[in-house]
Amino acid sequence: MTGVAHPLPKLPTGIGGFDELSHGGLPRHRTTLLKGGPGSGKTVFALQSLVNAVRRRQEAGIFVAFEESTRQIIANAASFDWGLPALAKNKLFFLDAKLSPEVVQSGEFDLTGMLAILKAKKEEIGAQWIVFDGIDVLLTLLQNPLAEMREIYRIRDWLADNHVNAAIITAKIDGNSAEMVNYGFVQFMVDCVIRFERRLEHGVALHRIEITKYRGSDFVAGEYPVSFGLSGMEVDAPEPSEIRHEASTERVSFGFERLDTMLGGGLFRGSSTLITGVPGTSKTTLAGKFAETACRRGERTLFVSFDEAAEPIARNLSSVGIQLKPHVKSGLLRMYSSRTESIGAEDHLVRLKSLIRQHRPRCMVIDPISAIAKAGGMDAARAVANRLIYMVKDQKITVVVTAINQGDEPETEATDLQISTIADTWIHLSYLIRSGERNRALTIIKSRGTWHSNQVRELVLGNTGPTLADVYTAGGEVLMGTLRWEKEDEERAKTIQRRAEFDHKRGELQAAEAETRARIKALQHDLTRQRAELATYSSQNQARIVSSSDREQELRRIRSADPARRASGNSGGSGKRNKKGVRDAA
Amino acid sequence: MRPKKAKNRRSSPAVVAVVVMRLYIADNAPNSIKAIANLEAICKEHLQDSFKLEIIDVLEFPLRALADGILVTPSLAKISPSPAAKVVGNLSDRSSVLHALGIKE
Repeated sequence: MTGVAHPLPKLPTGIGGFDELSHGGLPRHRTTLLKGGPGSGKTVFALQSLVNAVRRRQEAGIFVAFEESTRQIIANAASFDWGLPALAKNKLFFLDAKLSPEVVQSGEFDLTGMLAILKAKKEEIGAQWIVFDGIDVLLTLLQNPLAEMREIYRIRDWLADNHVNAAIITAKIDGNSAEMVNYGFVQFMVDCVIRFERRLEHGVALHRIEITKYRGSDFVAGEYPVSFGLSGMEVDAPEPSEIRHEASTERVSFGFERLDTMLGGGLFRGSSTLITGVPGTSKTTLAGKFAETACRRGERTLFVSFDEAAEPIARNLSSVGIQLKPHVKSGLLRMYSSRTESIGAEDHLVRLKSLIRQHRPRCMVIDPISAIAKAGGMDAARAVANRLIYMVKDQKITVVVTAINQGDEPETEATDLQISTIADTWIHLSYLIRSGERNRALTIIKSRGTWHSNQVRELVLGNTGPTLADVYTAGGEVLMGTLRWEKEDEERAKTIQRRAEFDHKRGELQAAEAETRARIKALQHDLTRQRAELATYSSQNQARIVSSSDREQELRRIRSADPARRASGNSGGSGKRNKKGVRDAA
Repeated sequence: MRPKKAKNRRSSPAVVAVVVMRLYIADNAPNSIKAIANLEAICKEHLQDSFKLEIIDVLEFPLRALADGILVTPSLAKISPSPAAKVVGNLSDRSSVLHALGIKE
């Protein structure tokens, strides 16, 4: 086919995840077959689609029940919040097509009459959806393959003549059972085939869904986990294969400055952090500190625990100065605890999804994510762990997950859930045993897109929360515990000595400076005096020169060598006055 | 022409109680035609005239059939004498029909 000019019209089922898998829902004006073993979810799928059609689009529907009585079906659906009994009064019609055991069968029968009834009912309530649930039960009653095929044809013709928006046929067909030859034919007749499966893995029931055929439409191939919650079935559709997460440059504090510094300023907003370590290495404490810090910033936070109930966690953390309770009270922090053995890994995923939808957190903790490997197979757990982290990242939630290692080597995590490969930051906590002490050591194994310390630090838990102790290296080893204290004492002594030496030296230098200043002052004084003397000396000398020139003129006048001038007398007077002024200055 | 809606045959006074039956058919569908023929033969042979049969075409009266609890065609409902009974199919298995109607072979 070249170019899709007219995409196949589809009807959304409203079943979370399925409409994504099918790229829009069920084919409009076509028939869909749901096949699968008993208890695999066919009926729930069909009923939920019907209920959603009524509730969301006011489209009425007919449910033909061949296998269970109407009463049973409504009772089974009571655990979902669909309000089925109310819908069954006007918008949904249930046809009890279960043949009572008292009915005697004698010879062949056909569905002509039933289809006539359905047609009448369809017109009466204006039904636009129809479900034939458990058609296999009906076909078995026909006792004859030819009759089965004939009746399937009859239904097909009826559907063709009675325009409905969507028709769903469910049939109990196990994947590889060849007993029902005609089911091949049923599959051929319908436009969309969805396979359901329920299987036990390690004692936990896992539900799967797979679209095996969709005529004229693209769909997401492969089987996907299904789980059941309050609002019905939910399919865990895969995340888009292209990883598209906006890279944030905003830093989020982990809660203590030293760790932030080691991480080059904190965690990136929307990044994922893995904390690994054997039991007792304070993974929860670290995660709790992160949660508390997020709440203090006023960010909504979700704390998921697979280990303990919320109450003991809050109590234990408060002993190391981490207070979660006030934030739970204020509604900022939501704590969710769940046992991991009881339900499958996918169910956790679905529950967490809805928790995230409800609480809309900006920060999240999962402690420990490794617990989901307890339920169901390892493959499933691994896939769930991956999807969980991608899901959280898709929503730009900054997440810290913890994982328990079996050994003290961080590498063992790599063989476990393999979260380390997708986590942005990986912090490993371990015990270092030296000199008869067990101390907690923190290492940042990786931190994408940021500088980070390559040094092992000691994690110290005080009653004001965790801190990272200063690092001392001696002989290429980080010193911890007592060794660190000894080293610290040594350092302290050295510091005191250095300070004393410094103070002494400074005193000496200050004294010398003062002395020099005094000397400068004295010299300055001398300089001023000498200048003054020089000035006095100069003016006396001048006066002498002037008076001697006066005398010469006087002598000349006496000798009558020159004519007499009055001015010369004045000049002599001024000379006398000058002499007096100079003397005053001196 | 087949009887479509109702057909009564009065029997001569007899000790046996009158068997009241309804046969639900789908117009001239092959199984429906067979059922009528089979039932008429059974009645003729075993009930003579002591029965009352109503034939209802579901295609014509679907909602009535629904109200009567009819699903597939053909279906035979024995109303009285009690116990009531229901037989589905073209009634080709005569002994099971007789058993359901409470008639000894």
